[in-house]
Amino acid sequence: MTSPQVGIVFWIIAFVMLISAFMVVSLKNIFHSALFLILCLFSVAGIYVLLQAEFLAAAQVLIYVGAVAVLMLFAIMLTNNLASKKIRQANRNVLVGFFVSVIFCFITLVLLVKTYVSVWGKLKPQAVLPAQNVLVFGKYLMTKFMLPFEVVSVLLLAALIGAIVLARKERS
Amino acid sequence: MLAYLSLAAILFSIGMFGVITRRNVIGIMMSLELMFNAVNINFVAFNKFIVTDSLLGQIFSAFIIVVAAAEAVVGLAIVLLLYRNWQGINSDQVNVMKW
Repeated sequence: MTSPQVGIVFWIIAFVMLISAFMVVSLKNIFHSALFLILCLFSVAGIYVLLQAEFLAAAQVLIYVGAVAVLMLFAIMLTNNLASKKIRQANRNVLVGFFVSVIFCFITLVLLVKTYVSVWGKLKPQAVLPAQNVLVFGKYLMTKFMLPFEVVSVLLLAALIGAIVLARKERS
Repeated sequence: MLAYLSLAAILFSIGMFGVITRRNVIGIMMSLELMFNAVNINFVAFNKFIVTDSLLGQIFSAFIIVVAAAEAVVGLAIVLLLYRNWQGINSDQVNVMKW
């Protein structure tokens, strides 16, 4: 956190993100929780902007908000009569899940604080990230990470074909 | 930095709660997306504060975003198939592979 304005923006975004994430997992109506998922993903994009990852913020808005969340909404509407309020949305282990999550969160936070005090806090501040982040990002993708880039495109093609084959109506 | 990592940890825990407690398969997948996003925030925060001489964290989270999108596509296709064959997408009704 460099300046107090950034701190204020961070706390607002974090508040919105956590509230909407809690709504996603706890609302009865699954359509409303999908809408809150969109809000949560937007605030994650805001966090990316605060962390100097502008390309990732744009990709987050395009891919998650534009594609994945809309896909979720389509799936919910195609299976609509199951999303009504009469159906129980949570299974029997709500209490167990709550305690497991709280304990996991507590342990993770304690470990984070301990590690921060002992290791990360003592690191000397290195050079900051370059201001022209997107240029460096593109150079990496085209030189050093060429092979994973191509493999990921093949993976996307395979997912596309697999989804079409799975969801196609079978003709007898 | 501690604030970003703590935020990601809390977000991951909320997603884990959703994965454990949701009955609807689409709800489980939405909680999974929350967990992916928590991991991405961790990568980008480490890239900003610890390893500042390269952009490895950002590139890795870009790949995570792409793979998560592919996973969502295939998962939702499976959800539609389940709905067509069983008329229900609750995860405790789909137990034909359970022995």
